[in-house]
Amino acid sequence: MRVYLDHAATTPVDEKVLEEMLPYFTKKYGNASSLHSFGREARDAIERSRERVAELIGAESEEIIFTAGGTESDNIAIKGIAFRKGKGHIITSQIEHPAVMATCQHLEKKGFDVTYLPVDKYGMVSPEDVENAIRDDTILITIMHANNEIGTVEPIEEIAKIARENEIVFHTDAVQSVGKIPVNVKRIGMDMLSISAHKIYGPKGVGALYIKKGTKIEAIIHGGGHEKGLRPSTENVPGIVGLGKACELAEKRMEEDMKRMQRLRDKLIKSVLEIEESYLNGHPEKRLPNNAHFRFAAVEGESLILSLDDKGIAGSTGSACSSKKLKPSHVLMAIGLNEVQAHGSLRLTLGRENTEEEIDYVIEVLPPILEKLRAMSPLWKR
Amino acid sequence: MYSDKVIEHFRNPRNMGKIEDADGVGEVGNPVCGDLMKIYIKVKDGKIEDVKFETFGCAAAIATSSMVTELAKGKSIEEAMKIGRDDVARELDGLPPIKMHCSNLASDGLKEAIKDYLSKRGRE
Repeated sequence: MRVYLDHAATTPVDEKVLEEMLPYFTKKYGNASSLHSFGREARDAIERSRERVAELIGAESEEIIFTAGGTESDNIAIKGIAFRKGKGHIITSQIEHPAVMATCQHLEKKGFDVTYLPVDKYGMVSPEDVENAIRDDTILITIMHANNEIGTVEPIEEIAKIARENEIVFHTDAVQSVGKIPVNVKRIGMDMLSISAHKIYGPKGVGALYIKKGTKIEAIIHGGGHEKGLRPSTENVPGIVGLGKACELAEKRMEEDMKRMQRLRDKLIKSVLEIEESYLNGHPEKRLPNNAHFRFAAVEGESLILSLDDKGIAGSTGSACSSKKLKPSHVLMAIGLNEVQAHGSLRLTLGRENTEEEIDYVIEVLPPILEKLRAMSPLWKR
Repeated sequence: MYSDKVIEHFRNPRNMGKIEDADGVGEVGNPVCGDLMKIYIKVKDGKIEDVKFETFGCAAAIATSSMVTELAKGKSIEEAMKIGRDDVARELDGLPPIKMHCSNLASDGLKEAIKDYLSKRGRE
Protein backbone atom coordinates (compact mmCIF):
# COMPACT_ATOMS: atom_id res chain seq x y z
CA MET A 1 0.00 0.00 0.00
CA ARG A 2 1.23 3.53 -0.77
CA VAL A 3 -0.02 6.20 1.60
CA TYR A 4 0.81 9.84 0.96
CA LEU A 5 0.75 11.81 4.21
CA ASP A 6 2.90 14.77 3.24
CA HIS A 7 0.26 17.22 2.01
CA ALA A 8 1.95 20.11 3.81
CA ALA A 9 4.85 19.57 1.39
CA THR A 10 2.68 19.39 -1.70
CA THR A 11 -0.59 17.97 -2.98
CA PRO A 12 -1.53 16.17 -6.18
CA VAL A 13 -3.16 18.29 -8.88
CA ASP A 14 -6.90 17.63 -8.81
CA GLU A 15 -8.15 16.02 -12.03
CA LYS A 16 -10.68 18.81 -12.46
CA VAL A 17 -7.91 21.39 -12.10
CA LEU A 18 -5.76 19.65 -14.69
CA GLU A 19 -8.69 19.34 -17.07
CA GLU A 20 -9.32 23.06 -16.88
CA MET A 21 -5.62 23.88 -17.36
CA LEU A 22 -4.94 21.68 -20.39
CA PRO A 23 -6.52 23.79 -23.19
CA TYR A 24 -4.29 26.70 -22.15
CA PHE A 25 -1.15 24.81 -23.15
CA THR A 26 -2.02 23.76 -26.67
CA LYS A 27 -5.13 25.58 -27.89
CA LYS A 28 -5.65 28.78 -25.94
CA TYR A 29 -1.98 29.63 -25.80
CA GLY A 30 -2.18 33.35 -26.48
CA ASN A 31 -0.18 35.96 -24.62
CA ALA A 32 -2.65 37.71 -22.34
CA SER A 33 -1.16 41.08 -23.32
CA SER A 34 -1.97 40.57 -27.01
CA LEU A 35 -4.90 42.41 -28.55
CA HIS A 36 -6.12 39.58 -30.80
CA SER A 37 -8.63 36.89 -29.91
CA PHE A 38 -5.88 34.50 -28.75
CA GLY A 39 -4.68 37.08 -26.30
CA ARG A 40 -8.19 37.98 -25.19
CA GLU A 41 -9.15 34.41 -24.30
CA ALA A 42 -6.02 34.13 -22.16
CA ARG A 43 -6.78 37.48 -20.52
CA ASP A 44 -10.37 36.41 -19.81
CA ALA A 45 -9.15 33.20 -18.21
CA ILE A 46 -6.74 35.10 -15.97
CA GLU A 47 -9.42 37.52 -14.83
CA ARG A 48 -11.84 34.66 -14.14
CA SER A 49 -9.16 33.03 -11.98
CA ARG A 50 -8.54 36.30 -10.19
CA GLU A 51 -12.21 36.40 -9.25
CA ARG A 52 -12.10 32.82 -7.99
CA VAL A 53 -9.04 33.47 -5.81
CA ALA A 54 -10.60 36.68 -4.47
CA GLU A 55 -13.84 34.86 -3.74
CA LEU A 56 -12.10 32.19 -1.63
CA ILE A 57 -10.48 34.76 0.66
CA GLY A 58 -13.17 37.42 0.64
CA ALA A 59 -11.16 39.98 -1.36
CA GLU A 60 -11.91 42.13 -4.40
CA SER A 61 -10.45 40.68 -7.57
CA GLU A 62 -8.36 43.79 -8.22
CA GLU A 63 -6.61 43.13 -4.91
CA ILE A 64 -5.07 39.88 -6.19
CA ILE A 65 -1.82 39.61 -8.13
CA PHE A 66 -0.52 36.34 -9.51
CA THR A 67 3.01 35.23 -8.68
CA ALA A 68 5.24 32.21 -9.18
CA GLY A 69 4.43 30.77 -5.73
CA GLY A 70 4.25 31.36 -2.01
CA THR A 71 7.92 32.23 -1.64
CA GLU A 72 7.69 34.87 -4.34
CA SER A 73 4.49 36.31 -2.83
CA ASP A 74 6.25 36.63 0.53
CA ASN A 75 9.27 38.32 -1.06
CA ILE A 76 7.16 40.77 -3.06
CA ALA A 77 5.16 41.69 0.05
CA ILE A 78 7.97 42.02 2.57
CA LYS A 79 10.65 43.56 0.38
CA GLY A 80 7.95 45.63 -1.31
CA ILE A 81 7.18 47.42 1.95
CA ALA A 82 10.81 47.56 3.05
CA PHE A 83 12.07 49.06 -0.21
CA ARG A 84 9.25 51.59 -0.30
CA LYS A 85 10.04 52.75 3.22
CA GLY A 86 13.80 52.53 2.79
CA LYS A 87 14.51 51.86 6.45
CA GLY A 88 12.77 50.82 9.62
CA HIS A 89 11.77 47.95 11.86
CA ILE A 90 10.00 44.69 11.02
CA ILE A 91 8.24 42.35 13.45
CA THR A 92 8.05 38.66 12.64
CA SER A 93 8.18 35.36 14.55
CA GLN A 94 10.79 32.69 15.17
CA ILE A 95 8.71 30.01 13.45
CA GLU A 96 8.18 31.52 10.01
CA HIS A 97 8.67 29.58 6.81
CA PRO A 98 12.13 30.25 5.27
CA ALA A 99 10.39 32.35 2.59
CA VAL A 100 9.68 34.93 5.29
CA MET A 101 12.53 34.25 7.68
CA ALA A 102 15.35 34.35 5.14
CA THR A 103 13.82 37.45 3.55
CA CYS A 104 13.81 39.22 6.92
CA GLN A 105 17.37 38.06 7.61
CA HIS A 106 18.44 39.48 4.26
CA LEU A 107 16.78 42.81 5.06
CA GLU A 108 18.62 42.83 8.37
CA LYS A 109 21.89 42.68 6.42
CA LYS A 110 20.63 45.59 4.35
CA GLY A 111 20.18 47.74 7.44
CA PHE A 112 16.63 47.03 8.59
CA ASP A 113 15.93 46.06 12.18
CA VAL A 114 14.00 42.84 12.71
CA THR A 115 12.37 41.47 15.85
CA TYR A 116 11.84 37.71 15.80
CA LEU A 117 9.14 37.09 18.39
CA PRO A 118 9.34 33.90 20.45
CA VAL A 119 6.43 31.47 20.66
CA ASP A 120 5.02 29.39 23.51
CA LYS A 121 5.41 25.61 23.75
CA TYR A 122 2.51 25.15 21.32
CA GLY A 123 4.06 27.48 18.76
CA MET A 124 1.68 30.37 19.46
CA VAL A 125 2.74 33.98 19.00
CA SER A 126 1.35 36.24 21.72
CA PRO A 127 -0.51 39.32 20.41
CA GLU A 128 0.73 41.11 23.52
CA ASP A 129 4.32 40.44 22.47
CA VAL A 130 3.52 41.91 19.07
CA GLU A 131 2.12 45.04 20.67
CA ASN A 132 5.12 45.40 22.96
CA ALA A 133 7.56 45.00 20.09
CA ILE A 134 6.09 47.91 18.12
CA ARG A 135 8.41 50.90 17.78
CA ASP A 136 7.98 54.32 16.23
CA ASP A 137 9.79 53.10 13.15
CA THR A 138 7.99 49.74 12.75
CA ILE A 139 7.00 49.44 9.09
CA LEU A 140 5.72 45.88 8.85
CA ILE A 141 4.40 42.99 10.88
CA THR A 142 4.63 39.62 9.15
CA ILE A 143 3.33 36.60 11.08
CA MET A 144 2.26 33.36 9.44
CA HIS A 145 -1.36 32.23 9.64
CA ALA A 146 -0.67 28.54 10.23
CA ASN A 147 2.68 26.90 10.80
CA ASN A 148 3.83 24.56 8.07
CA GLU A 149 5.51 22.10 10.43
CA ILE A 150 3.44 21.80 13.59
CA GLY A 151 0.18 23.16 12.19
CA THR A 152 -0.46 25.72 14.93
CA VAL A 153 -2.90 28.42 13.85
CA GLU A 154 -1.78 31.87 14.96
CA PRO A 155 -4.11 34.54 16.40
CA ILE A 156 -3.81 36.74 13.32
CA GLU A 157 -7.15 38.46 13.85
CA GLU A 158 -5.88 39.95 17.11
CA ILE A 159 -2.52 40.78 15.58
CA ALA A 160 -4.26 42.45 12.62
CA LYS A 161 -6.23 44.61 15.04
CA ILE A 162 -3.04 45.70 16.79
CA ALA A 163 -1.40 46.45 13.43
CA ARG A 164 -4.41 48.49 12.34
CA GLU A 165 -4.51 50.49 15.56
CA ASN A 166 -0.85 51.32 15.13
CA GLU A 167 -1.15 51.95 11.40
CA ILE A 168 1.42 49.30 10.53
CA VAL A 169 1.13 47.10 7.45
CA PHE A 170 0.33 43.48 8.34
CA HIS A 171 1.29 40.61 6.06
CA THR A 172 0.61 36.93 6.63
CA ASP A 173 1.92 33.83 4.92
CA ALA A 174 -1.31 31.87 4.57
CA VAL A 175 0.12 29.19 2.29
CA GLN A 176 -0.80 26.40 4.71
CA SER A 177 -4.16 27.74 5.89
CA VAL A 178 -5.96 28.90 2.74
CA GLY A 179 -8.25 26.13 1.55
CA LYS A 180 -8.02 24.30 4.87
CA ILE A 181 -9.60 26.74 7.29
CA PRO A 182 -11.76 29.78 6.52
CA VAL A 183 -9.68 32.81 5.60
CA ASN A 184 -11.45 36.12 5.03
CA VAL A 185 -9.12 39.05 4.52
CA LYS A 186 -11.82 41.63 5.23
CA ARG A 187 -12.95 39.98 8.42
CA ILE A 188 -9.37 39.49 9.66
CA GLY A 189 -8.33 42.92 8.43
CA MET A 190 -5.29 41.86 6.41
CA ASP A 191 -3.15 44.18 4.35
CA MET A 192 -1.28 41.45 2.49
CA LEU A 193 -1.63 37.68 2.32
CA SER A 194 0.37 35.02 0.44
CA ILE A 195 -1.16 31.97 -1.25
CA SER A 196 0.33 28.99 -3.08
CA ALA A 197 -1.48 26.76 -5.60
CA HIS A 198 0.32 23.46 -5.04
CA LYS A 199 -0.76 23.19 -1.41
CA ILE A 200 -4.41 23.18 -2.46
CA TYR A 201 -4.44 20.63 -5.30
CA GLY A 202 -3.26 23.16 -7.87
CA PRO A 203 -0.05 23.14 -9.92
CA LYS A 204 3.44 23.99 -8.64
CA GLY A 205 5.04 27.27 -9.66
CA VAL A 206 2.06 29.56 -9.20
CA GLY A 207 0.73 31.57 -6.28
CA ALA A 208 -1.01 34.80 -5.46
CA LEU A 209 -0.59 37.80 -3.24
CA TYR A 210 -3.53 39.71 -1.84
CA ILE A 211 -2.73 43.41 -1.49
CA LYS A 212 -5.45 45.50 0.13
CA LYS A 213 -6.53 48.47 -1.95
CA GLY A 214 -4.43 51.46 -0.95
CA THR A 215 -1.45 49.45 0.37
CA LYS A 216 1.56 50.80 -1.47
CA ILE A 217 4.58 48.60 -2.11
CA GLU A 218 7.62 48.99 -4.33
CA ALA A 219 8.24 46.48 -7.10
CA ILE A 220 11.15 44.11 -6.54
CA ILE A 221 11.05 42.67 -10.08
CA HIS A 222 11.09 44.96 -13.08
CA GLY A 223 9.85 44.36 -16.59
CA GLY A 224 6.80 44.71 -18.76
CA GLY A 225 4.36 45.97 -16.18
CA HIS A 226 2.24 42.83 -15.77
CA GLU A 227 0.22 42.37 -12.57
CA LYS A 228 0.22 46.08 -11.79
CA GLY A 229 3.96 46.17 -12.34
CA LEU A 230 4.51 44.11 -9.21
CA ARG A 231 5.09 40.80 -10.92
CA PRO A 232 6.11 41.47 -14.52
CA SER A 233 6.58 38.47 -16.83
CA THR A 234 4.24 36.96 -19.39
CA GLU A 235 1.52 35.38 -17.31
CA ASN A 236 1.63 31.65 -16.61
CA VAL A 237 -1.89 31.23 -17.97
CA PRO A 238 -2.31 27.46 -17.43
CA GLY A 239 -0.91 27.80 -13.90
CA ILE A 240 -3.14 30.75 -13.08
CA VAL A 241 -6.17 28.88 -14.46
CA GLY A 242 -5.16 25.93 -12.26
CA LEU A 243 -4.91 28.11 -9.17
CA GLY A 244 -8.31 29.62 -9.91
CA LYS A 245 -9.94 26.23 -10.28
CA ALA A 246 -8.17 24.93 -7.16
CA CYS A 247 -9.56 27.87 -5.19
CA GLU A 248 -13.04 27.27 -6.52
CA LEU A 249 -12.88 23.60 -5.54
CA ALA A 250 -11.41 24.45 -2.13
CA GLU A 251 -14.28 26.80 -1.43
CA LYS A 252 -16.88 24.19 -2.37
CA ARG A 253 -15.22 21.28 -0.62
CA MET A 254 -13.49 22.79 2.40
CA GLU A 255 -16.12 22.21 5.03
CA GLU A 256 -16.83 18.60 4.18
CA ASP A 257 -13.22 17.68 3.39
CA MET A 258 -11.90 19.17 6.58
CA LYS A 259 -14.51 17.52 8.77
CA ARG A 260 -13.54 14.16 7.31
CA MET A 261 -9.79 14.81 7.50
CA GLN A 262 -9.98 16.04 11.04
CA ARG A 263 -11.82 12.91 12.12
CA LEU A 264 -9.14 10.70 10.54
CA ARG A 265 -6.38 12.93 11.89
CA ASP A 266 -7.82 12.73 15.41
CA LYS A 267 -8.01 8.96 15.14
CA LEU A 268 -4.36 8.89 14.05
CA ILE A 269 -3.25 11.15 16.91
CA LYS A 270 -5.19 9.19 19.50
CA SER A 271 -3.69 5.86 18.42
CA VAL A 272 -0.14 7.13 17.99
CA LEU A 273 -0.11 8.77 21.41
CA GLU A 274 -0.80 5.36 22.93
CA ILE A 275 2.73 4.40 21.91
CA GLU A 276 5.15 4.69 24.81
CA GLU A 277 7.00 8.01 25.04
CA SER A 278 5.27 9.61 22.10
CA TYR A 279 4.19 13.24 22.16
CA LEU A 280 2.17 15.66 20.07
CA ASN A 281 3.90 18.84 18.88
CA GLY A 282 1.88 21.98 18.22
CA HIS A 283 -1.37 23.19 19.73
CA PRO A 284 -3.83 20.48 20.81
CA GLU A 285 -6.82 22.35 19.33
CA LYS A 286 -5.72 25.44 17.46
CA ARG A 287 -4.08 23.53 14.66
CA LEU A 288 -4.73 22.80 10.99
CA PRO A 289 -7.33 20.03 10.68
CA ASN A 290 -5.01 17.87 8.55
CA ASN A 291 -1.82 18.19 10.60
CA ALA A 292 -0.41 15.60 13.01
CA HIS A 293 3.08 16.23 14.35
CA PHE A 294 4.71 13.78 16.73
CA ARG A 295 7.89 13.30 18.66
CA PHE A 296 9.20 9.90 19.68
CA ALA A 297 11.90 9.44 22.30
CA ALA A 298 15.18 7.71 21.35
CA VAL A 299 14.41 7.56 17.61
CA GLU A 300 15.99 9.61 14.84
CA GLY A 301 13.64 11.09 12.24
CA GLU A 302 15.47 10.21 9.04
CA SER A 303 15.57 6.54 10.01
CA LEU A 304 11.89 6.75 10.86
CA ILE A 305 10.96 8.39 7.53
CA LEU A 306 12.95 5.81 5.53
CA SER A 307 11.44 2.94 7.53
CA LEU A 308 7.94 4.29 6.88
CA ASP A 309 8.88 4.76 3.23
CA ASP A 310 9.77 1.06 3.07
CA LYS A 311 6.16 0.41 4.04
CA GLY A 312 4.91 2.87 1.42
CA ILE A 313 4.10 5.67 3.86
CA ALA A 314 5.27 9.20 3.00
CA GLY A 315 5.84 11.62 5.89
CA SER A 316 8.48 14.15 6.89
CA THR A 317 10.68 15.11 9.82
CA GLY A 318 12.31 18.15 11.39
CA SER A 319 15.40 16.10 12.27
CA ALA A 320 18.75 17.73 11.56
CA CYS A 321 19.94 14.53 9.89
CA SER A 322 17.42 14.95 7.11
CA SER A 323 18.10 18.62 6.45
CA LYS A 324 20.58 19.90 3.90
CA LYS A 325 22.33 21.98 6.53
CA LEU A 326 22.24 19.30 9.27
CA LYS A 327 20.42 21.78 11.51
CA PRO A 328 17.31 20.80 13.47
CA SER A 329 14.06 22.55 12.60
CA HIS A 330 14.00 26.14 13.85
CA VAL A 331 10.30 25.67 14.64
CA LEU A 332 10.97 22.76 16.99
CA MET A 333 13.78 24.71 18.65
CA ALA A 334 11.45 27.70 19.07
CA ILE A 335 8.79 25.63 20.87
CA GLY A 336 11.44 24.62 23.38
CA LEU A 337 12.53 21.18 22.27
CA ASN A 338 16.20 20.33 22.55
CA GLU A 339 18.24 18.90 19.65
CA VAL A 340 17.79 15.31 20.76
CA GLN A 341 14.03 15.70 21.02
CA ALA A 342 13.82 17.45 17.65
CA HIS A 343 15.57 14.47 16.05
CA GLY A 344 12.64 12.21 16.80
CA SER A 345 9.96 14.25 15.07
CA LEU A 346 7.45 13.05 12.49
CA ARG A 347 4.97 15.16 10.53
CA LEU A 348 2.00 13.44 8.91
CA THR A 349 -0.33 15.72 6.95
CA LEU A 350 -3.54 14.39 5.47
CA GLY A 351 -5.22 15.24 2.21
CA ARG A 352 -8.47 14.82 0.35
CA GLU A 353 -7.63 11.42 -1.07
CA ASN A 354 -6.64 9.72 2.19
CA THR A 355 -8.97 6.97 3.36
CA GLU A 356 -9.74 5.46 6.74
CA GLU A 357 -8.13 2.24 5.54
CA GLU A 358 -4.87 4.13 4.93
CA ILE A 359 -4.89 5.68 8.38
CA ASP A 360 -5.57 2.26 9.93
CA TYR A 361 -2.60 0.92 7.99
CA VAL A 362 -0.32 3.66 9.43
CA ILE A 363 -1.61 2.93 12.91
CA GLU A 364 -0.73 -0.73 12.38
CA VAL A 365 2.70 -0.22 10.81
CA LEU A 366 4.16 2.57 12.94
CA PRO A 367 4.51 0.80 16.34
CA PRO A 368 6.70 -2.10 15.11
CA ILE A 369 8.93 0.38 13.22
CA LEU A 370 9.47 2.39 16.40
CA GLU A 371 10.07 -0.82 18.31
CA LYS A 372 12.77 -1.89 15.86
CA LEU A 373 14.53 1.51 15.89
CA ARG A 374 14.32 1.72 19.65
CA ALA A 375 15.67 -1.81 20.02
CA MET A 376 18.88 -0.66 18.36
CA SER A 377 19.02 2.74 20.07
CA PRO A 378 21.41 3.18 22.99
CA LEU A 379 19.16 6.02 24.17
CA TRP A 380 16.17 3.78 24.70
CA LYS A 381 15.60 2.57 28.23
CA ARG A 382 15.64 -1.19 28.64
CA MET B 1 20.69 9.80 -2.02
CA TYR B 2 21.86 6.54 -0.42
CA SER B 3 23.42 3.57 -2.24
CA ASP B 4 21.43 0.33 -2.41
CA LYS B 5 23.93 -1.21 -0.04
CA VAL B 6 23.41 1.48 2.60
CA ILE B 7 19.67 0.98 2.34
CA GLU B 8 20.07 -2.79 2.53
CA HIS B 9 22.17 -2.57 5.73
CA PHE B 10 19.76 0.01 7.15
CA ARG B 11 16.82 -2.31 6.52
CA ASN B 12 18.55 -5.44 7.74
CA PRO B 13 21.27 -4.40 10.15
CA ARG B 14 23.77 -7.14 11.03
CA ASN B 15 24.90 -7.78 14.59
CA MET B 16 22.46 -5.41 16.20
CA GLY B 17 22.23 -5.46 19.97
CA LYS B 18 24.30 -5.60 23.08
CA ILE B 19 26.91 -8.03 24.44
CA GLU B 20 26.26 -8.25 28.16
CA ASP B 21 29.71 -9.58 29.11
CA ALA B 22 31.66 -7.63 26.48
CA ASP B 23 35.45 -7.47 26.72
CA GLY B 24 35.45 -3.94 25.32
CA VAL B 25 32.85 -1.22 24.73
CA GLY B 26 33.30 1.88 22.60
CA GLU B 27 30.93 4.81 22.57
CA VAL B 28 31.19 7.61 20.04
CA GLY B 29 29.05 10.44 18.74
CA ASN B 30 26.69 12.78 20.42
CA PRO B 31 22.91 12.57 20.46
CA VAL B 32 22.77 16.36 20.00
CA CYS B 33 24.23 15.83 16.53
CA GLY B 34 21.84 12.97 15.98
CA ASP B 35 24.27 10.08 16.10
CA LEU B 36 25.27 7.96 19.05
CA MET B 37 26.92 4.57 18.64
CA LYS B 38 27.98 1.87 21.03
CA ILE B 39 30.15 -0.98 19.79
CA TYR B 40 30.60 -4.11 21.94
CA ILE B 41 33.37 -6.66 21.31
CA LYS B 42 34.17 -10.11 22.58
CA VAL B 43 37.82 -11.10 22.10
CA LYS B 44 39.30 -14.61 22.02
CA ASP B 45 42.93 -15.50 21.22
CA GLY B 46 43.59 -11.98 19.95
CA LYS B 47 40.68 -12.19 17.51
CA ILE B 48 37.33 -10.41 17.51
CA GLU B 49 35.06 -13.34 18.16
CA ASP B 50 31.84 -11.37 18.40
CA VAL B 51 30.85 -7.77 17.84
CA LYS B 52 27.53 -5.98 18.23
CA PHE B 53 26.25 -2.43 17.98
CA GLU B 54 23.58 -0.11 19.28
CA THR B 55 22.97 3.06 17.30
CA PHE B 56 20.71 6.08 17.50
CA GLY B 57 20.89 7.97 14.26
CA CYS B 58 20.13 8.29 10.59
CA ALA B 59 20.22 5.54 7.98
CA ALA B 60 23.93 6.22 7.32
CA ALA B 61 24.74 5.87 11.01
CA ILE B 62 22.90 2.56 11.23
CA ALA B 63 24.36 1.19 7.97
CA THR B 64 27.95 2.11 8.87
CA SER B 65 27.50 0.48 12.30
CA SER B 66 26.22 -2.67 10.69
CA MET B 67 29.04 -2.68 8.13
CA VAL B 68 31.82 -2.15 10.65
CA THR B 69 30.66 -5.14 12.68
CA GLU B 70 30.75 -7.28 9.53
CA LEU B 71 34.24 -6.06 8.68
CA ALA B 72 35.56 -6.59 12.20
CA LYS B 73 34.16 -10.02 12.93
CA GLY B 74 36.87 -12.69 12.92
CA LYS B 75 39.71 -10.22 12.41
CA SER B 76 42.71 -9.93 14.70
CA ILE B 77 42.85 -6.94 17.01
CA GLU B 78 45.63 -5.44 14.88
CA GLU B 79 43.68 -5.82 11.66
CA ALA B 80 40.49 -4.48 13.20
CA MET B 81 42.32 -1.39 14.46
CA LYS B 82 43.19 -0.59 10.84
CA ILE B 83 39.56 -0.43 9.67
CA GLY B 84 38.95 3.23 8.87
CA ARG B 85 36.05 5.44 7.91
CA ASP B 86 36.96 5.23 4.23
CA ASP B 87 36.93 1.43 4.32
CA VAL B 88 33.44 1.43 5.78
CA ALA B 89 32.18 3.98 3.24
CA ARG B 90 33.79 2.07 0.36
CA GLU B 91 32.25 -1.24 1.42
CA LEU B 92 28.86 0.49 1.43
CA ASP B 93 29.41 1.76 -2.13
CA GLY B 94 29.89 5.27 -0.84
CA LEU B 95 28.02 7.72 1.39
CA PRO B 96 26.54 11.13 0.62
CA PRO B 97 29.32 13.74 1.18
CA ILE B 98 27.34 15.46 3.94
CA LYS B 99 27.14 12.17 5.87
CA MET B 100 30.84 11.31 5.61
CA HIS B 101 31.76 13.32 8.68
CA CYS B 102 28.73 13.29 10.94
CA SER B 103 27.44 9.75 10.56
CA ASN B 104 30.46 7.68 9.58
CA LEU B 105 31.64 7.13 13.14
CA ALA B 106 31.34 3.39 13.41
CA SER B 107 35.03 2.63 12.81
CA ASP B 108 35.92 5.14 15.55
CA GLY B 109 33.52 3.26 17.81
CA LEU B 110 35.26 -0.02 17.02
CA LYS B 111 38.67 1.52 17.80
CA GLU B 112 37.33 2.81 21.12
CA ALA B 113 36.02 -0.66 21.94
CA ILE B 114 39.41 -2.21 21.17
CA LYS B 115 41.22 0.43 23.25
CA ASP B 116 38.80 -0.28 26.09
CA TYR B 117 39.59 -3.99 25.78
CA LEU B 118 43.36 -3.35 25.75
CA SER B 119 43.27 -1.06 28.75
CA LYS B 120 41.13 -3.52 30.71
CA ARG B 121 43.51 -6.35 29.83
CA GLY B 122 46.48 -4.23 30.83
CA ARG B 123 45.02 -3.88 34.30
CA GLU B 124 44.44 -7.60 34.75
